[in-house]
Amino acid sequence: MVPTAYYLILAAMLFSIGIAAFLIKRNVITIFISIELMLNAVNLTFVAFAHMWHQVSGQIFVFFVMVVAAAEAAVGLAIIISIFRTRQTLNVDEIDLMRS
Amino acid sequence: MNPMPTSCLWFIPLLPFAGFLINGTLGRRLPRAVVSIVALLFTALPAAIVAWLWMTMCAAGAPDAIEVVSRPWIAITGFHADFAFTVDHLTLIMLAVVTGVGFLIHIYSVGYMAHEEGYWRFFAYLNLFMFFMSVLVLASNFLLLFVGWEGVGLCSYLLIGFYFKKTSAANAGKKAFIVNRIGDFGFLLAMFLLIAHFGSLSFTQVFASIAQHPEWQQQGAHFLPAICLLLVLGAAGKSAQIPLYIWLPDAMEGPTPVSALIHAATMVTAGVYMVARCHVLFNSSPLALSVVAIIGAATAILAASIGMVQHDIKRVLAYSTISQLGYMFMACGVGAYAAGIFHLLTHSFFKALLFLAAGSVIHALSGEQDMRRMGGLRTRTPITFWCMSAGVFAIAGIPPFAGFFSKDEILYRTFTSPNPLHIVLWLVGLLTAGMTSFYMFRLWFKTFFGEPHVDPHANAHHSVHESPWFMLLPLVILAILSVVGGWIGIPAALSGSNRFEHFLDPVFANGAASEAVASTTGSGIELVLTLVSVLVVVAGFYIAYIFYYEKPGTAAALAERHRPAYNLVKNKYWVDEFYSAFLVTPLLMFTRGILELVVDHGVVNGSGQAAGAATRSLAWIERKQISGNIRSYAGWLAIGAAAVIAVMVFGNSLWGTR
Repeated sequence: MVPTAYYLILAAMLFSIGIAAFLIKRNVITIFISIELMLNAVNLTFVAFAHMWHQVSGQIFVFFVMVVAAAEAAVGLAIIISIFRTRQTLNVDEIDLMRS
Repeated sequence: MNPMPTSCLWFIPLLPFAGFLINGTLGRRLPRAVVSIVALLFTALPAAIVAWLWMTMCAAGAPDAIEVVSRPWIAITGFHADFAFTVDHLTLIMLAVVTGVGFLIHIYSVGYMAHEEGYWRFFAYLNLFMFFMSVLVLASNFLLLFVGWEGVGLCSYLLIGFYFKKTSAANAGKKAFIVNRIGDFGFLLAMFLLIAHFGSLSFTQVFASIAQHPEWQQQGAHFLPAICLLLVLGAAGKSAQIPLYIWLPDAMEGPTPVSALIHAATMVTAGVYMVARCHVLFNSSPLALSVVAIIGAATAILAASIGMVQHDIKRVLAYSTISQLGYMFMACGVGAYAAGIFHLLTHSFFKALLFLAAGSVIHALSGEQDMRRMGGLRTRTPITFWCMSAGVFAIAGIPPFAGFFSKDEILYRTFTSPNPLHIVLWLVGLLTAGMTSFYMFRLWFKTFFGEPHVDPHANAHHSVHESPWFMLLPLVILAILSVVGGWIGIPAALSGSNRFEHFLDPVFANGAASEAVASTTGSGIELVLTLVSVLVVVAGFYIAYIFYYEKPGTAAALAERHRPAYNLVKNKYWVDEFYSAFLVTPLLMFTRGILELVVDHGVVNGSGQAAGAATRSLAWIERKQISGNIRSYAGWLAIGAAAVIAVMVFGNSLWGTR
């Protein structure tokens, strides 16, 4: 049986990769993927703890997160398409209309 | 007539206050006639109430004092002060002076100020003064008296600086205000001591507890002389006595009616009134009484000597006022309070008259105040001349004018007082009487006799003219009072009954002792003293006659021969210069050097600038954060989250478990 700590270390690594990509990358789609990566890292933690404590509530949370992530992906991709149509770019540094 | 309901007392101060509110707020838009009607009406009504009060208080079986009390004004544990008025016979006399003379001067002002700017402002201030002055004399405790005391000081400041566009007037106002602060500081400390030792500021309670504890005097309790001396400091400020007399001559920068009302007849006598009002306190401290007498005598002769060489007609009168106030102080200092108040009463008549007449002269000459450019006005302004003459004879002490009786009463009481210095005080008083007579007749001769010295250029447009009736009517009334005003106090030695003094008996009950002394010494001495003082007065008149009428060059020749002495007096003994060099300059140096440079520029401005710089640098950091770059925000978020997690994980081991 794999110890829970292994799952947690893997989840932390995934989450850190997600954050790093989120901060470094300029392409909106890559940023979007890194967000998905962070969500799934959290999901992995939930599942690992649920397994450890023999409780179902963690797994139920994971379903919720998946549903929300799916909805978010739909809305987010729509926004990305709309941005591309209006500005002909997906570089976030050029999307700075709110900058004062 | 029905006795007056006591609640009417409130209206004596409140009516002038209403006049002040109306003229002060709406006066700018009202025509001059309405302003004067409001001002006159709201001073005439209190005068009428006071007259009614006189009838009530003088009726047979009337109480010695009536009192009205408001709800508690200041009430804390162990101490309370009420808004309360008391009327006894002393207050009655002061009220008569304030409202009566005040009303006459209001009438005069309508004529005098007719061509001036700020007409409404003038009458608003004048009414405010009447309000505070009546509060002062009606007050039944020290605190309320102090309210009036400060209020009249404020009005004095406002009215001295009435022509505030003139630098000298503005400075004179400030000088009066600041010098009075020194006196008020003494008054305040005296009140604190009273609260500490008596737990009350009410006149009746304080005086009653002194009467109940005769052992305080025998064992030499130190707080009684301390309180009295501090009160004397306050009185010296308000009544322009040594060492605080320097503001009054400068106060002549104000309009002449103000000089007459505030700086001659009413406000400056507040100090004398206060000393007389606290006679129980002062009687308990022979030291303080002697100080009062010495201050009074010294001021009387010093001011009289300066008055002899002044050329400005109003300044002569100002120094004369200081000198006469010194007389009143001397009277109080030898325990002859009734004589002091008697002189206060007659002085308010003839000094108001003299100022108003001088104002009429100045008016006639279109603003000329220098006596060297006057002369020969007797025929051109006859009514002013006759009124002025009544005032001059009254103040000089020529019998049977008002000043004669009151001044002689003071001299006689000084001579027979138990004070060890009484002969010296009497001699000083006598000499002052001669000097008074000299400088008043000097003024009289220089102004009304001889050749006119009016500057022909200044009067190309305005010929010398008699004043309008609005100004002459108060003059005539005051002139009559200056003639007959003294007859209420003819002493027994001159086959009178001294009704004035008996009128004040209920107030100065302790004065009965000094009267007993007086009656045993007999009337022979009094007659001799009277004769001596009349001779001195006549001598003063004669010298003035020789100097300024018979041989006009004599005075200048004499001054030339005694140049150092003349210069000393001419420069007012360099007292102003002395104060300026030893008090004002060091104070200014301290203020400019320490307070302005170190405290103001260093601490106050510095801390402000530091706060500004700190905010600016914080804002610089903040501005760098708000970049508009989404990923930088995300980075901050991540750092924040990491910090929160770090605190949650390692916090316990760092700060220990709670």
